[in-house]
Amino acid sequence: MIRASDLGWRTRGKTILQGATLEIEKGEVLGLIGPNGSGKSTLLRMLAGLLKPSQGHVELAGQELARMNQREIARITAFVAQQADTSDRISVRDAVELGRTPWLDALRPWSEEDSRHVANALATVEMQGFETRDWITLSGGERQRVHIARALAQAPQVLLLDEPTNHLDIHHQLSIMRLIGRLGLTTIVALHDLNQAMSCDRLGVLHQGRLIALGSPAEILTPELLHCVFAVSATELIDPTDGTRVLRFRSMTQALPDMNRHDVS
Amino acid sequence: MTLVLTGARRVERGRQAMRWIGIATILVAAPLAGICIGETRIPLSTVLQVLANRLWDAGYAVDPIDEGIIWSYRLTRALVAGACGAALAVCGVILQSLLRNALADPYLLGISAGASTGAVLIAVAGLGAGMVPMSAGALLGALLAFGLVTLLAQLSGGGTGLRGTGQIILAGIAGSQLFNALTSFIIARSANAEQARGIMFWLLGNLSGVRWDDVWLALPAAAMVLLIGLWHIRALDAFTFGAESAASLGIPVRQVQAVLILAAAIATAVMVSIVGSIGFVGLVVPHAARFLVGVRHARLVPASALIGMVFLIAADILSRVMIPGQVLPIGVVTALVGAPVFALILIRGRASS
Ligand SMILES: Nc1ncnc2c1ncn2[C@@H]1O[C@H](COP(=O)(O)OP(=O)(O)OP(=O)(O)O)[C@@H](O)[C@H]1O
Ligand SMILES: [Mg+2]
Repeated sequence: MIRASDLGWRTRGKTILQGATLEIEKGEVLGLIGPNGSGKSTLLRMLAGLLKPSQGHVELAGQELARMNQREIARITAFVAQQADTSDRISVRDAVELGRTPWLDALRPWSEEDSRHVANALATVEMQGFETRDWITLSGGERQRVHIARALAQAPQVLLLDEPTNHLDIHHQLSIMRLIGRLGLTTIVALHDLNQAMSCDRLGVLHQGRLIALGSPAEILTPELLHCVFAVSATELIDPTDGTRVLRFRSMTQALPDMNRHDVS
Repeated sequence: MTLVLTGARRVERGRQAMRWIGIATILVAAPLAGICIGETRIPLSTVLQVLANRLWDAGYAVDPIDEGIIWSYRLTRALVAGACGAALAVCGVILQSLLRNALADPYLLGISAGASTGAVLIAVAGLGAGMVPMSAGALLGALLAFGLVTLLAQLSGGGTGLRGTGQIILAGIAGSQLFNALTSFIIARSANAEQARGIMFWLLGNLSGVRWDDVWLALPAAAMVLLIGLWHIRALDAFTFGAESAASLGIPVRQVQAVLILAAAIATAVMVSIVGSIGFVGLVVPHAARFLVGVRHARLVPASALIGMVFLIAADILSRVMIPGQVLPIGVVTALVGAPVFALILIRGRASS
């Protein structure tokens, strides 16, 4: 569905990202992990056609991304940015309706079908009942969910999500991750919570602008790699209720022996 | 169930019809009021008779002096005021949406400053040896200033585009300061007291010299920017969460920005060259319209055009009748009346939210 080869981006003589090569199958969920500033957002923005790669190229649904216009891309790919805010007094319904933009033009005005997409998207993120609320009155997590609804209203085949679960409470974090799995869309999602990352089909690890590992969560989330990339030491625990792996982390830069002892006891 | 539905639909259709009737009434009533009210009040019946004579050769017997005043002075004035108000308001909406800045206004891009420099060069410094009309100088000055401002914005790291829209505002401020200083310099060096007063009056906005050829410039310019704005209502909406979000919704951001900003610049330059710089309309009317109809551009663009039109025609009427026997610069009236009205809207908007 998406094929990126040797992607790189440099600005003002500084290399931000280089040599990223990856291929994502239809319906696959790829998680991107990596420390702050490692290039996750940069990679996602290039895959969304928002940033021209200074090296390499991207293929989306069999077409060269650089040759597609913005509208063609938007009909296939929906992008939820890490941050997007407005001071306009726009209502929730209006904000989600923006997702229909790539499907509308002067000859194809708003229709029942568009309303249906909007209602479904709002229901999917459990934001029914908020339709008439002003954007500025929403909490951070509610805003995030409206953004996701906007992306879903785009009826995309590919979903690019940049840290969709930050700002969300634990219930909605889990439900968004479950939703991503359930939608069956080709999804690339930048994440910080490594336990959430385990639910992805595959994981890519970015470190200092390089894609240093790509594989199944079990292959990727090893204590050695976590140590090397995130400078933490990780312990693997097994949840006795369902036998899934859980990671527990300790900082390596600041030893806190007292707390550790307390935790272990 | 179907009965209820058709009932609801009929109510909706009725409301729609009422809205159109209301808009049509305003479109006709505002210019008519502009024609009737003035130093000498002209009865509506006379006005209608003159219009009928001129438009359909109706052949009513009307005093030729009245006919002259109505047809050549008051009507042209009302039409230009309306076109100018509508155009400036729509330009304001466009710039505020694209630049994501509530303070953006058509004069911010150096346009009015450039226009005044051009006008002053012709009228005071004697450029063109009396062969070039002042409004042509203003138009050229406006476009030149806008070109310089865009160039500066580009040089300073991308005026528009996905991530930086702040630059063009800063460049506009710098350009405005430069051209305003040039204007003052030329006036201080070359103008006599009489000329200086005339220029001051023009700079504050002046509709008294407006004739039919100005109408044929103002109306197309207003129609152009209004139509381009209406054509792009979805794109303008898509900028709500910024240029990058607009791009991810399939909007060709650079192209849309170029077309819309250029259209706004040309319309503003034309208006400034005809009537001088009338501040406040482009900045405040869009905000007033947002309080009334919300932020979606399908309603905001036409509503702003309508409010801008009515506002400027009303300001023109006031400028003629506020002090008997004297005409105030219209820019003074728009600010004097507009600022308190806007303050009221702000307070009421807050109370209702
Ligand atoms: N326009 C730019 N100019 C200069 N540097 C940039 C630019 N955009 C991004 N960078 C730098 O590139 C690096 C990668 O940024 P990016 O936003 O991709 O990181 P990230 O992995 O998404 O981080 P986070 O987890 O904090 O969101 C950062 O060091 C950032 O400072
Ligand atoms: Mg990021």
